[in-house]
Amino acid sequence: MSTYHRIVPNTWWLKRRPYIFFMIRELTSVFVAGYCIFLLVLVYKLTQGADAYGNFMAVLKLPSSVALHLITLAFVLYHTITWFNLTPKILVLYRGEDRVPQGLVAGTFYAGWVVISVIVALLVLGV
Amino acid sequence: MAETMKLEIFRYRPEKESEPTFQTFKVPFREDWVVLDAINHIKDEIDGTLSYRWSCQMGVCGSCGIMINNVPKLSCAAFLKDYYPDKIRIEPLTGFPVERDLIFEMDDFMTKLTEIQPYIIRKEGEEKPLDEGEYLQSPAELARFKQYSMCINCLLCYAACPVYALDSSFIGPAAIALGQRYNMDTRDQGRDARQELIASHEGIWECTFVGECSAVCPKHVDPAAAIQRAKVSSTIDWFKDVLNPWGKKK
Repeated sequence: MSTYHRIVPNTWWLKRRPYIFFMIRELTSVFVAGYCIFLLVLVYKLTQGADAYGNFMAVLKLPSSVALHLITLAFVLYHTITWFNLTPKILVLYRGEDRVPQGLVAGTFYAGWVVISVIVALLVLGV
Repeated sequence: MAETMKLEIFRYRPEKESEPTFQTFKVPFREDWVVLDAINHIKDEIDGTLSYRWSCQMGVCGSCGIMINNVPKLSCAAFLKDYYPDKIRIEPLTGFPVERDLIFEMDDFMTKLTEIQPYIIRKEGEEKPLDEGEYLQSPAELARFKQYSMCINCLLCYAACPVYALDSSFIGPAAIALGQRYNMDTRDQGRDARQELIASHEGIWECTFVGECSAVCPKHVDPAAAIQRAKVSSTIDWFKDVLNPWGKKK
């Protein structure tokens, strides 16, 4: 008997909202990787002396640079939140017969995020 | 006049057409009807040639999976009232070759399910004689994997998985979840036998964690979680091998 094979169009991910959200999550990885490279460049500029670092900082203050940072921030937040929300699926913990609530597992990651962010903020602001 | 609904149904009759078509049927709308009731009505009253699978009508057999408006669902568990008054578009489950109308070929899944060895395997010489009774297990040990044992092989998870649709060499959600179910069973000793397939490229590493397999599962099996947990176990295996090169290789 001849079976019919349906071809998956390249636009398959536009068919349903969860697939679009998944593709956005995949795309956010580019921004996360890009920002890691940016931080490495920042450290490199720091090793090149005060002038090189100062010039680099001046470029970062341009409106286009600030806009790019805001876009990156939005994508990194999306990346972080979606992955933190998925952690309870991977990290399944039990207390006796009872499973540790999924909200508690994800909540621990959010709490760690807040604590680290506060420490970084204090260091940056020099408080 | 009685209320009606339109069902736009995928038709493929290989003896008379080389490409599928869609045929629209008008069916009575009833509050307590599920989509399967409407399809049965078409079969009994309008067009007896319509082909589809169904059996238990109570979400247990896993036979009646179809795409309803692009979402894989059991047709016995999807109520017409949730779509009324809009037209419903019905297709066979995505990712599988179509044999006729809503009937798809599931040979590929059956082969993979067999390969994953979803049954208790004991090491040679460690099988208990029948007269010594069953292998005992505590409720706490059962709780660890019970969720993964609820699978009814309805294949909605495969239809929701874009990875499987794009590359059918992927072993897929249900088969891996069942493998993981036995790997986590304290009575089982067959993890090594399953690991080569589960940890292969066509196994867990093909999964990109879209997560829709779990979202559509009518039995809340959560195959996406099973696959990610298998990834963690396999990664731990790898580190153990690397850090202890003199240890026993898997």
